[in-house]
Amino acid sequence: MSVLLAVLTGLLVAAGTWLVLKRRLLHLVLGIGLLGHAANLLVFAAGGLSESPAFAPGGTPLPGAADPLPQALVLTAIVIGFGATAFLLALAWRAFRTLGDDDLPGWSGSEPPLENDHSEPRP
Amino acid sequence: MTGLLVIPPLTALILLALWRRPRLQAAVSLAGMLALLGAAAHLLQAVAPGGILVWAVGGWPAPLGIVLVADRLAAALVTVSTLVGVACVLAARSPHDDPARHPAWHPLVHLLMWGVCGAFCTGDLFNLFVWFEVMLMASFTLIALGGGRERLEGAVKYVAMNLVSSVLFLCGCGILYGVCGTLNMADLARIISAAGTPPAVQAAGGCLLAAFLLKSAAFPLFAWLPASYHTAAPATAALFSALLTKVGIYAVLRLTVTIMPLSGTLLQPILLWVALATMAVGVLGAATQMELKRILSFHIVSQVGYMLLSIAIGGATALAAAVFYLIHHILVKSNLFLIVGLAAAHGGAEDVRRLGGLRRFPLLYAGFLISAASLAGIPPFSGFFAKLATVRAAAEAGQWVAVAVALAVGFLTLYSMVKIHREAFAKEAPTTTVPLAGSSWATAAVLVLATGTVLIGLGAGPLWRWSLAVGSELAARTPYIDAVLGAAP
Repeated sequence: MSVLLAVLTGLLVAAGTWLVLKRRLLHLVLGIGLLGHAANLLVFAAGGLSESPAFAPGGTPLPGAADPLPQALVLTAIVIGFGATAFLLALAWRAFRTLGDDDLPGWSGSEPPLENDHSEPRP
Repeated sequence: MTGLLVIPPLTALILLALWRRPRLQAAVSLAGMLALLGAAAHLLQAVAPGGILVWAVGGWPAPLGIVLVADRLAAALVTVSTLVGVACVLAARSPHDDPARHPAWHPLVHLLMWGVCGAFCTGDLFNLFVWFEVMLMASFTLIALGGGRERLEGAVKYVAMNLVSSVLFLCGCGILYGVCGTLNMADLARIISAAGTPPAVQAAGGCLLAAFLLKSAAFPLFAWLPASYHTAAPATAALFSALLTKVGIYAVLRLTVTIMPLSGTLLQPILLWVALATMAVGVLGAATQMELKRILSFHIVSQVGYMLLSIAIGGATALAAAVFYLIHHILVKSNLFLIVGLAAAHGGAEDVRRLGGLRRFPLLYAGFLISAASLAGIPPFSGFFAKLATVRAAAEAGQWVAVAVALAVGFLTLYSMVKIHREAFAKEAPTTTVPLAGSSWATAAVLVLATGTVLIGLGAGPLWRWSLAVGSELAARTPYIDAVLGAAP
């Protein structure tokens, strides 16, 4: 089970990183979503598969019971991630409508220009 | 501590109800921020003699439940942050600050302050993640408020980078919980100092450090900051410049000092070189810029490097320098952003070459001179003592490269400030412009923060002794751990 989760996390991170590094706005949004899922799985796999629940009677492990705390953490992270993704989608849509383009390297208006030239100041 | 976490959301709710009453909304917002400042000052007064306040929120004792912890560092940072909050809410009353006219601006600012106060006061790593998200969601909306091409572009970059950093933060939390079985900062510190730092803990530390460094705009992941901050409205940019990167630095400090001391691990030299590169790249970037807010955005990056340098060196003196620098920097940086917001509004341009003659606004000019001299480190202003403390800590640690870089960066900072002074204030205006009417609120805010800067400069001796006490308490680690783990619910 741990191996399966580890491989799945690795695949999600790889796919997410690949998508984040692509040129399109929608790829960026999807990539960040995948990275978020990978992080959730990682938290779950790193802390949640042991048979040591937080409130075991007398400190003895309970067979078949997992630590509920990572699940609570993941639940919180899923809710936060959902809100963040929804906001990012809305922002991306608005940006696409305003800029008329979803090609990220083509967006250069907000980048500081290299201005050691003596060109005319921008209006 | 209750007030800090109850006043901001309550104020935000009341402000939402006043959506259609802009004048009343601005007044209630100012009142709420002043109440928050009062609560912060009360907390600072309570912990100033040297105590650490611990509040087990759910009634469970420390390692089981979430605790809020206020030591002198957290209380001081909360107080300075809320002071900046008051100044920004004041400045937002001036007519040039267009997005601050939006009815969502005031509620969002209070939600942002909520996240900042929570992040400074929490004693639990996952709870810190949640406060970060509260703060970020508010800041995401604030930076995009008003729309427009540049602003939306900057907002997408800002949001994307911060979400990536949140993913790293979460991964670090998960691995650390898997290894240590706790996320309480004091408990983590106890376990890690007893068991050493196995590779898994170092990996988690690397994830968390990367996440916090990204949020503090350290080299090499700093490009989102100069690409987005200058698009925000003046009061918004002043608030962001004062608070967001500083919360990141505070998290770096808690991680590398309280939770897992870096000395002896691979992460210490990495942090040191990251700090030096951040200082150098930030100040060189600023030297090539000609637009007011872009110059200042690059200076945030370079100043972040100074604070990281002190944290990387470690030890009581260096940490005291970091504490002093944080307090000084929050005031000076936000004030400079307010000043250039006013300067751009008076002169009708962002590019310094198109500005000029701003000397004829004596109060604004005085505020600029004080803040710019302080940022560049000219005595007797606060920045001189902050830089002196940093350089001395580096020299005592034998880091002569760091000393050389710090001095050179200070000199180049002076160059940038002289550039703004000569172009925007001293030379004659290239075109006649109509001075802005009704800017007295923003000028008042500038004067409040400038007074704070002057007071830090005049009271540098007592403040430095106080910072030394805080620094030794941080470096010793045991007072924090004992206060949290020994506290009754």
